[in-house]
Amino acid sequence: MVDFTNPKLLAENIDFFYGKKQALFDINMAIPDKQVTALIGPSGCGKSTFLRMFNRMNDIIVGTNHTGKLLLDGTEIYGPETNVVQLRRDIGMVFQKSNPFPKSVYDNITYGPTIHGQKDKEVLNSIVEESLKGAALWHEVKDRLHDNAMGLSGGQQQRLCIARALAVQPKVLLMDEPASALDPKSTAHIEELIGELRKDYTIVIVTHNMQQASRVSDYTAFFYEGVLIEFGETTQIFTNPEQKRTEDYITGRFG
Amino acid sequence: MKSWRDKAIQTILVGAASTSILIVLLIFFFLGREAFPFIWEPGFSNLFQARWIPVSFKEEVFGLLPLVTGSLLVTGLATVLMVPFGVFGAIYIAELATEKERSFLKPFIEILAGIPSVVIGFFGLVVLSPIIKNFFGLNTGLTALTGAILLALMAVPTVITVSEDAIQSVPKAFREASLALGANNLQTIFRIIVPAALPGMIAAIMLGVGRVIGETMAVLMVTGNAAKLTLDPFSSVRTMTATIAAEMGEVAFGSHHYQALFWVGIFLLIMTFFLNVIAQRVLRKYQMR
Amino acid sequence: MRSELQGKIIVWSIRATTYLIVGIVGYLLLDIIVKGIPTISWEFLSGFPRRSGAEGGIYPAIIGTVYLVLGAIIMAFPLGMASAIYLSEYAMQGRLNRYIRLAIITLAGVPSIVFGLFGLGLFVLFFGFGASILAGSLTLAFMILPTIIVSSEEALQAVPMGLREASLALGATKWQTVYKSVLPYALPGMFTGSILGIGRAAGETAPILLTVAAFFLPRLPKSIFDQVMALPYHLYVLATQHPDTEKVLPMQYGTALVLIFIVVFFNLTAIILRNHFRKKIQW
Repeated sequence: MVDFTNPKLLAENIDFFYGKKQALFDINMAIPDKQVTALIGPSGCGKSTFLRMFNRMNDIIVGTNHTGKLLLDGTEIYGPETNVVQLRRDIGMVFQKSNPFPKSVYDNITYGPTIHGQKDKEVLNSIVEESLKGAALWHEVKDRLHDNAMGLSGGQQQRLCIARALAVQPKVLLMDEPASALDPKSTAHIEELIGELRKDYTIVIVTHNMQQASRVSDYTAFFYEGVLIEFGETTQIFTNPEQKRTEDYITGRFG
Repeated sequence: MKSWRDKAIQTILVGAASTSILIVLLIFFFLGREAFPFIWEPGFSNLFQARWIPVSFKEEVFGLLPLVTGSLLVTGLATVLMVPFGVFGAIYIAELATEKERSFLKPFIEILAGIPSVVIGFFGLVVLSPIIKNFFGLNTGLTALTGAILLALMAVPTVITVSEDAIQSVPKAFREASLALGANNLQTIFRIIVPAALPGMIAAIMLGVGRVIGETMAVLMVTGNAAKLTLDPFSSVRTMTATIAAEMGEVAFGSHHYQALFWVGIFLLIMTFFLNVIAQRVLRKYQMR
Repeated sequence: MRSELQGKIIVWSIRATTYLIVGIVGYLLLDIIVKGIPTISWEFLSGFPRRSGAEGGIYPAIIGTVYLVLGAIIMAFPLGMASAIYLSEYAMQGRLNRYIRLAIITLAGVPSIVFGLFGLGLFVLFFGFGASILAGSLTLAFMILPTIIVSSEEALQAVPMGLREASLALGATKWQTVYKSVLPYALPGMFTGSILGIGRAAGETAPILLTVAAFFLPRLPKSIFDQVMALPYHLYVLATQHPDTEKVLPMQYGTALVLIFIVVFFNLTAIILRNHFRKKIQW
């Protein structure tokens, strides 16, 4: 197993329910700082549910509840004192289907900073440039910042969503199958970008693409039917898994 | 830890949304409040007599029976007329019409839905009732049938729109499966699609009936307003709604007559309430497919 | 061969039934337009009625209808919009939500004359507004409230979930999310619903019969506590209550035409707007 002295995110005995149906069973996991952690497993295994717990996106689904502890930098994500809004500033998210607002590229990026009170035009301009550069999109869109974002290509839209998340300066970036709806070229772009972002951010990525997990991540967790089967360094999981089921899955015998 | 502003906004929204509940309660309360004293004086059982003679020097009689039969007669006739037109109209628009026809028919039906009932009543008065009078050789064209035709016309848009939604929500797979088995278009429509959409169509008809029972101006203008206990379509009748509209302006507030009219309103409210709630239940249940 | 003929007959009878409706409605509209147009003149639209409506114009009735509709929409639109936002964005499941929905369904089915009784009992008598613009507008407002709520909610539901998620995930509060990334895209649809409500309010007769409408009042209202004439009621009076209905037939047609014009104008605007926005916004 992995040795962590100071995990960024920590899950202790997490059970999760959609109504009466249990989706996660006693998950214990420590996610290290400034690393890429991939969550893999067949669809319906609970990996996305787990991911959406970190920024409490499951709160907006009716009838969900959980037990156990989830910590960001040692403070409880589901604690009674926790401000969900502040939490979501610290933990950004990129969704499976790119979801830019039907506004200009510029307004998409400044949406987060503006709602958090940033009014200074100069500052906003530099945030836009920084974020777009961070998402490797700057050179493609710098001449059409005020065009509608819906006019961008699918891959550009997804990188815009990443830039939009970066503009809030999160500590953690959650990615829910960020490349599953994209063509191979755009996927390569996104993967390259993840490699860049890992220097500054803790990244948790859900993917059903095994090659992608092995390419982009430092650590990999394998989920199966709501249970965390195995968690370790990516190289170890993919070359020398301890569990039979992990091996069966990554060698393509099921899922 | 939510900001006070978000909390204030949420409170305002809850308050606004709850006004609907408040209004419904107030409707029941104020109808009841005005109607209630009638129970003791002259007595609740008075409402179940066979004659409605609210203004008389000798003896006033507040039997709602002729009004109820009047409403039922007009509603029944209107339903008989409205069902084929509504159901066939919906089938035609949803399944048989070309794209061009549809883009003309749908707005047209919506316009029909928007024509004020007083205008339909006016049309019935000056155009339809002479036709009815001459065609059937009657003394007057102001009959239950005249009212029913107008009401059917007014309820048809509701039936068509809701039925069409029901037809549209039949899964494509059903249609494809039927066509793949070699059924033709009509067979598919009548053996697969209509049966699957039937609950929705029944709900549509119930909503239409609810609209017909509650409709006031058109019947007030063309049914002749004779409070007779009859089931003859060619007779003049007086419906519950028309009675309120015609007499409320002339009664003394707080009189027995006034209270009896509020009772008419309460019965109307109860009838339409159940029709609507059941129809919506059916619709919601079958939308889940 | 036989079944093919059968099929044709069936299709043609269904088509005939549908077009019979179109024919009747077309005839109704044409009849009113053709016989109404000769009456329409500047004097008819801007003059006051004389000899209990047998001569003169319908200006006070037009103005009365405008006031009533304005009053109703001013009250019903904010209320309906806020209700829809609550139902669509805030209320998840739960008892309150269920009761609110039941109430809306009930309201939508209440006969208009019963709304009239209610308005009479609550506003005219209990609050002591008397037969007045205020009482009539409030009654109409409650009557069109369900229309506005239902269509506003539809417009809100049409905004994709992804936009809400994106906004929330960026740390926006619930209200910031609703205000900045849901409402702007739902507003056109919400206005459309309100326009349909306006059309309905303008044409209704039964509720105002008991709460505001004046039989014959050849002057303009001075305050919201005054009675007014209204187009639909004026038509009803001319057609059924006038001592010489045959003679005032042209006035009836003229009034019907103006009323239909107003109502159809609002409805068509709503339909066109709705189709326009449906086409324009594609997610």
